[in-house]
Amino acid sequence: MNKLLRHRLVLPIGALVALILVNTIARPSFLSVTVRDGELYGSIIDILRNSAPLMLVALGMTMVIATRGIDLSVGALMAVSGAVSLTIIAGSPRPNDLGVIAVAIGAGIAVTLIFGVWNGFLVAVVGIQPIIATLVLMLAGRGIALLITQGFITTINSTPYQFMAQGYVFGLPFAFLVAVAAIIVVAIVERRTALGMLTEAVGINPTASRLAGVRSRGIIWGAYAGSGLLAGIAGILYSSNIMAADANSAGLNIEVDAILAVVLGGTSLAGGKFTLAGTVIGVYTIQTLTSTITFLGVPPAVTPVFKAAVIIIVCLAQSSRVKGWVRRLSAARPPAPPRTGAGAGEPVRLGQEVQVP
Amino acid sequence: MTHVEQDDDAVVRMRDITIEFPGVKALESVDLTLRAGEVHTLMGENGAGKSTLIKALTGVYPIDAGTIHIDGAARIFKGTADAQDAGVWTVYQEVNLCANLSVGENVMLGQERRGPLGIDWKATNAEARGHLESLGLRIDPRSSLASHSIAIQQLVAISRAMVSDCKVLVLDEPTSSLDRGEVEQLFAVMRGLRERGVAILFVTHFLDQVYEISDRLTVLRNGRLVGEYAATALTRGELIAKMLGRELAALDEIDAAERAIDRTGAPLLAASGLGRRGVIDPVDIDVFDGEVVGIAGLLGSGRTELARLLYAADRADTGTVRVRGDVTRLRTPRESIAQRFAFASEDRRGEGIVADLTVGENIVLGMQARRGWLRRVPAAEKDAVVQEYISSLGIRPADQDALIRNLSGGNQQKVVLARWLAMAPQLLILDEPTRGIDVGAKADIQQLVARLSAEGLSVVFISSELEEVLRLAQRIVVLRDRRKIGELTTTADTDVDELVEIIAQGDSKESAA
Repeated sequence: MNKLLRHRLVLPIGALVALILVNTIARPSFLSVTVRDGELYGSIIDILRNSAPLMLVALGMTMVIATRGIDLSVGALMAVSGAVSLTIIAGSPRPNDLGVIAVAIGAGIAVTLIFGVWNGFLVAVVGIQPIIATLVLMLAGRGIALLITQGFITTINSTPYQFMAQGYVFGLPFAFLVAVAAIIVVAIVERRTALGMLTEAVGINPTASRLAGVRSRGIIWGAYAGSGLLAGIAGILYSSNIMAADANSAGLNIEVDAILAVVLGGTSLAGGKFTLAGTVIGVYTIQTLTSTITFLGVPPAVTPVFKAAVIIIVCLAQSSRVKGWVRRLSAARPPAPPRTGAGAGEPVRLGQEVQVP
Repeated sequence: MTHVEQDDDAVVRMRDITIEFPGVKALESVDLTLRAGEVHTLMGENGAGKSTLIKALTGVYPIDAGTIHIDGAARIFKGTADAQDAGVWTVYQEVNLCANLSVGENVMLGQERRGPLGIDWKATNAEARGHLESLGLRIDPRSSLASHSIAIQQLVAISRAMVSDCKVLVLDEPTSSLDRGEVEQLFAVMRGLRERGVAILFVTHFLDQVYEISDRLTVLRNGRLVGEYAATALTRGELIAKMLGRELAALDEIDAAERAIDRTGAPLLAASGLGRRGVIDPVDIDVFDGEVVGIAGLLGSGRTELARLLYAADRADTGTVRVRGDVTRLRTPRESIAQRFAFASEDRRGEGIVADLTVGENIVLGMQARRGWLRRVPAAEKDAVVQEYISSLGIRPADQDALIRNLSGGNQQKVVLARWLAMAPQLLILDEPTRGIDVGAKADIQQLVARLSAEGLSVVFISSELEEVLRLAQRIVVLRDRRKIGELTTTADTDVDELVEIIAQGDSKESAA
């Protein structure tokens, strides 16, 4: 039991369960799932579907953060892939043709993959700090997307394209299944091969890893490329949901949510050890939080404040220093330590330091 | 065993101290008594619990069980500030002062004298000067701390403790980076403090120093108390036996140095004119099969720099390297690994271990890196390799899932060696493999080098302990001021004095060769 409580996923799961409880108490219908035409509907299902883009982006972010990096460009890359993909479909005489759609999606994702490779090149080869290197595309990416759409919000009518965000397979939202598939693929690539361990080694001690013969450059490069690829898929899902390529608002601020999801899940921003399960829970926590705020009728402009409040609570709970305080508070209660002469000197010393004439 | 007398003069009384880390019981029911006006040396191998006990006394680690009395009053330290309030001060191996502040500012930090206009620097520096001079240190308090040697910085750290009415001074391996004269200066200061009634807890790996300065010894082994002894009551051999729990005749049996080496064929490694501008002048060095080549010289003579060039950890800008006669360009560690070279850096924490990974992961890291990320070392193979090295090198705890950062220095070093040995190297470059580790692990590592080289492995061995180099190496390259100044083939009667002579004078009968 004690061991269970100490598990590193206890807090993220606890936060998610608490949020679900709050929602259920406020709105008993929150947990109810209805079946219509063999398809599932309900608040929970909405959360699973709407979180798909964030899930993809956060998985990539987890890998980048594990290498001691960060990828700020993911939101802008979402705008790029949506713009590329919808521009191709809009320019085609047959927007419902599966072949056209496949080419459009492939092109959109290929472009963001290239941008991811560019990020990785700047970080791993040129040696630019990740935050600066990815800031370049964070700023330039939306401009590129606007160039592609020639400054307009490209809209299309294409039933198969719309299916990705709104369709159902086996009674479940297709977007959710895409997210699940991404989780499985990333988990297999990281944990069934040695990539995860080598990534952690590079993130924990780059020098020792290099001397041990680890190709840290390739591993770091790959993480950014993967992050770009996943952001591209996320951008396709997003544009499919609104059937428009909105360069200004596609994936806006999603990098912040993704970083929060990774950190909530228990992966340290300092790099090294990472947990994909934690990130998955973190994503659902953030998404539930977003929909809770919407439901409670909080104006969208104030939403960040609520997110910030929840985040700070969870981060405080994860802080080892805060845990230490709590432990000492509960440990110090039964036997009060005898205070002696020297202890009384403490306030005096403090006073000396604070006192400024 | 422990003779617990009526400790009326005991300044520190630690009883039944127990500290546990996840998976490791670092201390189990250990006692420590420090009396006013004594130098008390804490002895034990790495991993015996010395550092942990010190950290319990100085408030770094909370204790899980036991009591700490300072001057007869029970104390619970919640941090180093509590310990300092109680009069317990520490000077660490790596000085924990602010290098960018002046000496006076460091000494008086938090205790500055104040006047009507804020800090009165004149009075503050004058007082700092007084504290420094009471330790026989005549330096300008306004000079920058960074401009002084480590030895002086340590004395400044001690002065800082004296400002705050320090009753107990903990010196954790203060002598490891000092030269002989500096050690004498430190000991003079310690004797002065002993006269003033300060209780000094001293940790060192050098046995000579233990007997020179200590009044009393407390010996730990595997996190338990072996006993407390008067320094005069234990011979050196008895002390080592108590620390190790076994006799250390093993070291004397190593006589690898006299083994004959076949130097007729092409050497495994032949570097000529290998150098890097501003780092080390061009050096010629050959290593034959099964040969141990020692590199001797003082700290800063270019030993580490040469090792790094040989492994291509840093890129050489002059010279050629031949591997078995073929000219080979080595530009990165990976290219060296492809030639089956291995390199254990002197900076074990910074460049050797991957602290947050497990022992097992650290061992297979090299194998895995060579296989590439796609082909993971199968779990069964990993377990077999890891278990083999854990048992053959005697890694403790023998748990492949323990985080390596929780292991002692000597065991971490063994894990790093295991990582390389698992890759079946033909050349092993060891930079200070025995630094900062205990006598037992030292003997283990030296025996390992002797055994592996007898089996045909070539080794480049760097150590600041000349006895160690002489014991293991068949040939010794001597460096000074980043230049090779000599080379000698060891014989049965090569001794430390001869080597010291070469290091000091820079010529040898064979240096022209």
